[in-house]
Amino acid sequence: MSKHSVVTLKLVTIVTERILEDRLLRTLLDLGAKGYTLTQATGKGSRGVRASEWEGPDTRIEALVSPDVAERIVDHVADAFFEHYAVIVYVQDAAVVRGEKYI
Amino acid sequence: MDTFEVLAANLLSPVILAFVLGVVAALVRSDLRLPSALYNGLSIYLLLAIGLKGGVELSKTPLTVFAGPAMLTLLLGLLTPVIAYNILRRLGRLDRVNSAAIAAHYGSVSAVTFIVAITFGTMTGREPEGFMPALVAILEVPAIVVALMIAFMRDRRAGSWQDALHEVLSGRSVVLLVGGLLIGTLVGPTGFEPVAPFFKSGFQGALMLFLLEMGIVAASRLRDLKEVGFFLVAFGVLVPILHGALTIWLAQFTGLSVAGAAVLAAMVSSASYIAAPAAVRIALPEANPTFYLTGALGITFPFNVTLGIPLYYFLAERMLG
Repeated sequence: MSKHSVVTLKLVTIVTERILEDRLLRTLLDLGAKGYTLTQATGKGSRGVRASEWEGPDTRIEALVSPDVAERIVDHVADAFFEHYAVIVYVQDAAVVRGEKYI
Repeated sequence: MDTFEVLAANLLSPVILAFVLGVVAALVRSDLRLPSALYNGLSIYLLLAIGLKGGVELSKTPLTVFAGPAMLTLLLGLLTPVIAYNILRRLGRLDRVNSAAIAAHYGSVSAVTFIVAITFGTMTGREPEGFMPALVAILEVPAIVVALMIAFMRDRRAGSWQDALHEVLSGRSVVLLVGGLLIGTLVGPTGFEPVAPFFKSGFQGALMLFLLEMGIVAASRLRDLKEVGFFLVAFGVLVPILHGALTIWLAQFTGLSVAGAAVLAAMVSSASYIAAPAAVRIALPEANPTFYLTGALGITFPFNVTLGIPLYYFLAERMLG
């Protein structure tokens, strides 16, 4: 057992088109996330579409949040973007060190 | 030079041959791709260079000379998306959203087509007016706004109008072009002198590298030709000619030179594939990107840089010469 306390939180991961990055990050913070991690991603899925050849690869956004916030984020992403954009969103349990920072 | 020689001179210029090399590389499935950082760097260099050169020229141009061409450019920016939209709706029987999405692209401008048109003029001994880059900046935004307004007019849409407008106005092409024009105008010819070697002597080489990548991108779009259908292929060639001819006819009332009218025609006939796709993806997410990207990149860009530009010079000479 670690000598540091560990809190169970939700890790929300969104993989999507780069063009949505700004909007998603704003919404994430509005919905209660305290921060996020961004990574470039590439891959293949059911949608081959890219908005602009200049936009480059996809973006992968990760955020550690409380269960309610995770639910709000998932609902928002599903309602706003599933229909027309390439989006993957999933939620995992995460045992987080210094977890109180994220709620 | 007669028409045939002029056409051959364009097709055998280093810039167009680099484009062809890119197409060939994509067709033989070569692993050649420009690293995206280099591609982005080249685009920044090219846009800032034309902005600067245009700004320096603008600082020497009396407002009375510039006003006519500027007003014509604005008028065409407002008019061409409406023409394109109506052709797509009425002749192509496309739905309203896809028609507006494609119209935004064909109303706006491709900066690279513009640069190739300038290069072609210089190569064949016909120098267009120096302030032409300022017209690119004027032409870029209005058409996208008009086309999106057409789509948003009838019903409330899911897409975000404000985000799309922000995307267009803050996009790199507008920032670099307008920024370059302002810097060029402020510093004038003497202030430009110290940086001129960097922005002038490397320009053609940078353009060649950029066109190499454009060839790869355009050829990879060709695979989608079947999906877009015969109508859009014909649209991608005939509407640019229509827009180009209209531009040249109207240019006679503005005092533009033959080369200036031809370059403006190339600009107006070109389809945006940088600013417009980003804005449209945000504002009209239900429009099919395959239609507008294949049209702009796979059909209209290759047509314009190979045959279109010599054609606009030919038409301009016939109508204004």
